Amino acid sequence: MAQPFASPDTLVKYLLLNAERFSGRPAMRHKDFGIWQSWTWDQQLEEVRAFALGLQSVGFKRGDRVAVIGSNRPRLYWTFAAVQSLGGVPVPVYADSVAEEMAYVLEHSEVKFAVVEDQEQVDKLLSIADQTTRLSEIIYDEPRGLRDYDHAHLHDYSALREAGLKRLADSPDTANAWLEEIARGKGGDLGVMLYTSGTTGRPKGVMLSHDNLVRSALNANAFDRLDEHETIIAYLPLAWVGDHVFSVAQSYTAGFCVACPESAETVNEDRREIAPTYFFAPPRVFETLLTTIMVRMEDASRSKKAMFHYFLAHARKVGEKILNGEAVRAWDRVRYGLGEFLVYGPLKDRIGMSRLRVGYTAGEAIGPELFSFYRSIGLNLKQLYGQTEATVYITAQPDGNIRPDTVGLPSPEVEIRIADSGEVMYRSPGVFLGYYKNEEATRETKTPDGWVHTGDAGFFDSDGQLRIIDRAKDVGKLSNGALFAPKYIENALKFFPDIKEAVAFGHGRDFCAAFINIDLQAVGSWAERNNIAYASYQELAGHPRVYEIISNHVAEANRRLAAEPMMAASQIRRFLVLHKELDADDGELTRTQKVRRSFIAERYDALIEALYDGSPEIFAETQVTYEDGRKGVISANIRIVDAEIVATDGSPMAEAAE
Amino acid sequence: MNQRPDHKQMTTPDDGIAAGAVLLDVRNVSLAFGGVKAITDISLNVKKGEIRAIIGPNGAGKTSMLNVINGFYTPQEGTITFRGKERRAMKSHEAVGQGIARTFQNVALFKGMSTLDNIMTGRSVMMKRNIVWQMLWHGPALNEEIEHREKVEEIIDFLEIQHIRRTPVGKLPYGLQKRVELGRALAMEPSLLLLDEPMAGMNLEEKEDMSRFIIDVNQQRGTTIALIEHDMGVVMDLSDRVVVLDYGKKIADGTPDEVKNNQDVIDAYLGVPHGEEMP
Repeated sequence: MAQPFASPDTLVKYLLLNAERFSGRPAMRHKDFGIWQSWTWDQQLEEVRAFALGLQSVGFKRGDRVAVIGSNRPRLYWTFAAVQSLGGVPVPVYADSVAEEMAYVLEHSEVKFAVVEDQEQVDKLLSIADQTTRLSEIIYDEPRGLRDYDHAHLHDYSALREAGLKRLADSPDTANAWLEEIARGKGGDLGVMLYTSGTTGRPKGVMLSHDNLVRSALNANAFDRLDEHETIIAYLPLAWVGDHVFSVAQSYTAGFCVACPESAETVNEDRREIAPTYFFAPPRVFETLLTTIMVRMEDASRSKKAMFHYFLAHARKVGEKILNGEAVRAWDRVRYGLGEFLVYGPLKDRIGMSRLRVGYTAGEAIGPELFSFYRSIGLNLKQLYGQTEATVYITAQPDGNIRPDTVGLPSPEVEIRIADSGEVMYRSPGVFLGYYKNEEATRETKTPDGWVHTGDAGFFDSDGQLRIIDRAKDVGKLSNGALFAPKYIENALKFFPDIKEAVAFGHGRDFCAAFINIDLQAVGSWAERNNIAYASYQELAGHPRVYEIISNHVAEANRRLAAEPMMAASQIRRFLVLHKELDADDGELTRTQKVRRSFIAERYDALIEALYDGSPEIFAETQVTYEDGRKGVISANIRIVDAEIVATDGSPMAEAAE
Repeated sequence: MNQRPDHKQMTTPDDGIAAGAVLLDVRNVSLAFGGVKAITDISLNVKKGEIRAIIGPNGAGKTSMLNVINGFYTPQEGTITFRGKERRAMKSHEAVGQGIARTFQNVALFKGMSTLDNIMTGRSVMMKRNIVWQMLWHGPALNEEIEHREKVEEIIDFLEIQHIRRTPVGKLPYGLQKRVELGRALAMEPSLLLLDEPMAGMNLEEKEDMSRFIIDVNQQRGTTIALIEHDMGVVMDLSDRVVVLDYGKKIADGTPDEVKNNQDVIDAYLGVPHGEEMP
């Protein structure tokens, strides 16, 4: 069969290599019909080849762009390799984007083909057909409900796969011709385009070369000693660079197996069955997991609760030290061992991390308490600092040298410097080629000698680890000159399971104030236990007793802020609980669920003024957009509350907000 | 063996009846409970491959009609011909054997059992091994279970209920319970599927979901469906033909459009007093 390439410079060449060196090892698993189906590397190669040849049969040419839309399924992953093998460029698109946003990306990236999951995506594409002038062929994986559609430009994935297999059977030259196509691909060629959701403006198409992907993946594998024995679960959006590097680039270069969950709702169960050895998640996932555990524990019997809290308290005391290999008293070790048997072990099993060797959190800063919680129960969770433009890796925390407030040391082959403005800049083999059709943005971000502006403010601390404070443009000053770092404050608030999202304000103001979003799961469960009836999110958010709870949380967050000399001045003096959840469909969050601060400041201008003018209540009317594009309006009277703050000398201050 | 099992086109067992031909023929059926006449001289048929709706105001005799079709009630008069065979008295479990499955107005599932087990019960009529084999759970009995489990997994996939596979159905919201019940009926691979108010008590989103599943069952699996439903919008969108009952009598029968414009139907729904002229 195929001749592997000596030193592969594209992922497809790695695929050929893996089919030789790991031929019998699993490359892909997918839970379907209740059973984990698996494909070995040589079978994966055959699948990719069959689909690539099938694509050619419907007119695919070298250089064509192919949108990939849907959830984490083997066939969508194979599409990446199939397209790249023919010298095309895959463009993964967020499956939950609203139609208008999707139309922009498809048109801007000039895609000719779209490979999508099911009827839902086909319908969405057909609804924007008038805005996507180049898109001509749509290929779907799941045929259900599509039988009666006009199939002139609509194709079943299975049919193309069959067509590919038939071409292979008909002519023995087809396989060689395909290998020649692969050989024409060079490391410097454009490999993939990933659209960043961006905190401002239109999404930008980040162009990554095969070199970017291959070298970043090789470095990351070496850093954490990842090899073909790892197992991961692919559940993050295909369009996110993290998933692309982790589930595609690193899997191909190291040869490890990627498991696709049965459906988005079953990820937690599936992860438990797979028990990945390597895991990558934004802080939000860890937050949700912790919230779920805590909510469930509330329903447990009293004795179980007591045991749970006793051992967690013990883990907080010694768990991290044990993980970092520091000296711990023998008696504490014995108790930790008992805790592992009774609490930590079962807990890790429940959240599907019993075999976890390395876990990363990235995407945005994680709350220190949240981070410590996972480490204390013995999970090697580390922080990573990365960007789409860097093919993820900028810094990562090395094993055994981990502090919750830093993002670690520069990753292999990455150079970092801090600009005079305090902005972090880097240069690495992962640095992107440029933004597609956007020279101006490329020039603003990337210097001619290859340094990239991260847009984040940070500094190196005494032992050479990088600390990120906030987005460079978000870091501001209170009117008295004290530093104001909104994300830091928000994370202090978001530590509480009841608080899902927070937005802090304070730049150029006399004091710091915040919007708070309650977590419906946590607060809803609390309401149920306390017999509090509510009809909607809005009603629950405005409930006086919910305000009481949130007040206590804010006061607690203030106590923590007060303990840090840099942050004591930005304690939260006034806050309100928002009447709606911040949502990406309304543009308030990015698709990766980050707060779009400036947009929110504009949209809720009146609420912010009310925070600062001392009014006890404000009426708000807000437009909301549903996923199908319809719009509606919700309105509410929102109460604004003064929070308890701590004087910097440690005693509680009586007055607030005056 | 590592190929992904492509979604098999599961169809109803071939019963020798061509699509569009009459599958079930009900002729001049009357049913009375003592002095109460529930159904009076009703004739209707269901053609293979269609979605047939039975509608009517409360107490019109819809559920009685369904019970007659499925053999739960034996009518005093009239004949029922199913798949070319005429019958009068039949026990409910014989209905299953004949290829009729149904769901109920009030969900009738085993609350303490998981979704998977509930749907498996739909296969029990087809299991051939006796209880001793099943208790041994080896060899042929195990193979049989695996074979049936495959069919059940296809249904779980079809109805998109993978995430509740192991959840006891008592803990599920109502809309999902209805879906599980549909799954159990599908597990019997019926020639005729009877749905008694499949959307009762559902919110709009659940109704839309259920409508889609009903259409998919009909189109992809080729199952003939007879359903009772109150939501007029749903009935008119889903059905190929509609029969309207009022006070145990048939007052209209035809396509949704024909029925919609029928004066008797309008009167029945707007509540014109019987036996009086319109002013």
